Amino acid sequence: MESKETLFIDGKEYPFQAGETVLNVAQRNGIDIPTLCFMKNASPTGACRMCVVEVRGARTLLAACVTPAAPKMVVKTNTPDVMKSRRLNLELLLSSGHHNCLVQDLDMDSWTDFQLRSLKADGHKDICPVYGDCRLQELAIKYQVRGVRFEPTEPRHKIEDVNPFIVRDLTRCILCGRCVQACNEVQVNNAISYGYRGTRSKIVASGDRALKDSDCVFCGECVQACPVGALVPVQDILENDPSKGETRLVKTTCSYCGVGCQMYLHVRKEKIVKVTGVEGIGPNYGSLCVKGRFGYSFINSPERLTKPLIKENGAFREASWDEALNLIQTRLGKIKKDTGPDSIAFLVSARITNEENYVAQKFARAVIGTNNVDHCARL
Amino acid sequence: MTNPIGDIEKAQVILVTGSNTTENHPVLSSYIKRAVTQKGAKLILVDPRRIKLADFAAKWLRPTLGTDVAWINGMMNVILKEGLYDEAYVNSRTVGLDDVKKVVEKYTPEFVEKITGIPAEELKAAARLYAGAKAGSIIYCMGITQHTCGTDNVKSLANLAMLCGNVGIEGGGVNPLRGQNNVQGACDMGGLPNVYTGYQKTSDPAVRKRMAMAWGVSNLPDSTGLTVMEMMDGAHEGTLKAIYIIGENPILSDPDQRHVKEGLGHLDFLVVQDIFLTETARLADVVLPSASFAEKDGTFTNTERKIQRVRKALTPPGEAKEDWAIIADLSTRMGYPMNYKDAQEIMAEITRVTPSYCGINYNRLEQDGIFWPCTGTDHPGTPCLHMDSFTCGLGVFHGIEWIPPAEVPDEQFPLYLTTGRVLYQYHTGTMTMKSEGLNRLAPESFVEISNEDASSLGLQDGEAVKLSTRRGAITAKTRISLKAKSGTVFVPFHYAGGPANALTNPAIDPVSKIPEYKVCAVKIEKIQGGI
Repeated sequence: MESKETLFIDGKEYPFQAGETVLNVAQRNGIDIPTLCFMKNASPTGACRMCVVEVRGARTLLAACVTPAAPKMVVKTNTPDVMKSRRLNLELLLSSGHHNCLVQDLDMDSWTDFQLRSLKADGHKDICPVYGDCRLQELAIKYQVRGVRFEPTEPRHKIEDVNPFIVRDLTRCILCGRCVQACNEVQVNNAISYGYRGTRSKIVASGDRALKDSDCVFCGECVQACPVGALVPVQDILENDPSKGETRLVKTTCSYCGVGCQMYLHVRKEKIVKVTGVEGIGPNYGSLCVKGRFGYSFINSPERLTKPLIKENGAFREASWDEALNLIQTRLGKIKKDTGPDSIAFLVSARITNEENYVAQKFARAVIGTNNVDHCARL
Repeated sequence: MTNPIGDIEKAQVILVTGSNTTENHPVLSSYIKRAVTQKGAKLILVDPRRIKLADFAAKWLRPTLGTDVAWINGMMNVILKEGLYDEAYVNSRTVGLDDVKKVVEKYTPEFVEKITGIPAEELKAAARLYAGAKAGSIIYCMGITQHTCGTDNVKSLANLAMLCGNVGIEGGGVNPLRGQNNVQGACDMGGLPNVYTGYQKTSDPAVRKRMAMAWGVSNLPDSTGLTVMEMMDGAHEGTLKAIYIIGENPILSDPDQRHVKEGLGHLDFLVVQDIFLTETARLADVVLPSASFAEKDGTFTNTERKIQRVRKALTPPGEAKEDWAIIADLSTRMGYPMNYKDAQEIMAEITRVTPSYCGINYNRLEQDGIFWPCTGTDHPGTPCLHMDSFTCGLGVFHGIEWIPPAEVPDEQFPLYLTTGRVLYQYHTGTMTMKSEGLNRLAPESFVEISNEDASSLGLQDGEAVKLSTRRGAITAKTRISLKAKSGTVFVPFHYAGGPANALTNPAIDPVSKIPEYKVCAVKIEKIQGGI
């Protein structure tokens, strides 16, 4: 449905639909307005104020994510005032938590006592686990902002790592609220929310308990939504040391239930080190569950079968493919000859691919000559 | 599913039954929860257990196990009596309503209350709510199908949906959730005893002739093959000599474990092809190492009939190989060369012999999947089935009488037992139990029991108890829970140490051959002196 209403962004006229925000219109037309707390498919909060724009006639700068598009509105996305405001916001955000990446210190002389002290604080001796994969860092670099202008706040929170999957380091939290949106509006698990007020504000689970003692089901939606290093998979702390080499992403389909979530396997040197949901396409639009996101260690398990096994006198011994397949060929061939093809049966699988199921049932029907083919659809 | 997953958020009313969605299909359950919390949909939950979705339900009905046909007939009784059904839809798109009318007449809410324990007024309210929706979606899972009357249950839900004009519309439908990543695909690919790919019947001579030609063989078998359960019987009786199992663990997943173990033990020859040495693989004569999903290219078809790509990220460990490559090698050795270069070449062959997949190729699947039927490379796929008419013409109503489960509690075995999964484990645990984290969150089997039942048996939370049925016995820890309905206990089936399927009843549905996992009678005893 084409709308007749239009607004102007940076001098160009764009149509919009009723209900769209300035940010919606900009994003749809490829105009870059930086966002941090904004999350697709969740109601905008306007919390981080990175997306501020200048609107003619407005008293102050407005957050594009919560400003409804209006007829003949004139929006400017990169005036000096806008840039100044975004830089100030970033400086405040960098000082509001424990952001000890290089952004804090582009020239080594300006380390403050505080930073040295907090670097030595428990659990913070290593570089931030999301270094290079942090929206705040990315924006700080883009806007050439350092975290030295304001005295950083003291870290008030202990790192929580008492559950098997998610490390919560609220000293790095910038209170953008994306995790709260992810938990309450996307997955609707309602496990976390804002707690306390003012400078004591904090993201809490069930009355400020550890995640493992809350309603959290460890889907990890919050981890994927977190733009900084406040919510990190345990595995990342162990594996994601950039010095171990590059990771590459492989897009595939989850192998647990029948929903068929689209996921990225993060692979480093023949090992899965992380799994994330593919955003932007169904059926999951970035969401995963605890099994899909964190239950991948079976793939690289040392218990995987690596060689054909043949049982002799009640015990298995390793065999070559030739030996194993020739044995099967001989035995199935003989059984088919002696008692007929219908004395042989095949269980194909709900776990293997379509192509493999096809080949297996074709083998049963065309080569062995039986319709004794089934799988555990019923079980 | 008749409708895509995204349609759930377009429904006004969602009826979920026999599906513990938040634990078994967590990502899909978010659609239901969002529909309720953000889109104004009303949820009707019909489940004896107080599962998480009960928190989101406008109506929660708590029937006695195995009484589904009764409450569905009861809802239809109310809808018909109050004239709430979609008359225009019924007249133009269906036949056989009289058959249903005749049967459901006696299923008054009061009569149904006696069978199901659902208060008559509650049933009426739920019926009115469902019938009043412009678009009503029915979502079900194994809690509906794993009964001796599973086929009746499914047909009854279809009756209810058709009666209210909810099949073939956006946001409606009758939507079974598939429990495993590629159950849909395994069925689509002819992994069943009576059909080739795309549900083409093996009993149809024209189909057989076409498949034989495509596969270059002179003839193909015409008799219907054995189902899993029948295979185990055949193994017992000695009529079946060999089974070749790919990626399944029937010792834990099939009912009546002893029967399965003995059956497999009787075979002359057992081959198991898997990624781990499973409980079943240990019984094999030959075990073949296969590649996991992360080590192969191919496709899975999800519960909404969407064909999606699987991509190779790793090389298989050691000498493990893709399952198709193993079969192709064996086939070649047995005198029928299969020289597929890769999975893509196999898909090309699938599309040539399968009308519903004929428009599929890997190029088209690169960005996003496609819903079958997809009948040409320019066909966009079919997210929603039965839109203008049913695939088979008119929708047919079937009047169905309720029959009780094969086994109900008695003096000797006084409680109902039902089984299922928990969030942190999956099926027989071959994959999830390799994760230390998942094991920390769900380490061991348990029996979920109501406070009332626990106190009448004198059980403490965490206390180990012995559960026994006519098939076998296990021990498990007591978990006193608000989830449990009094008189009914729940045991997850993942755990080899405390296997629920040592208890379950192998009685099967006469049509679908699904075993009655969801109901049997059980006795719980204290273990004197503990274990």
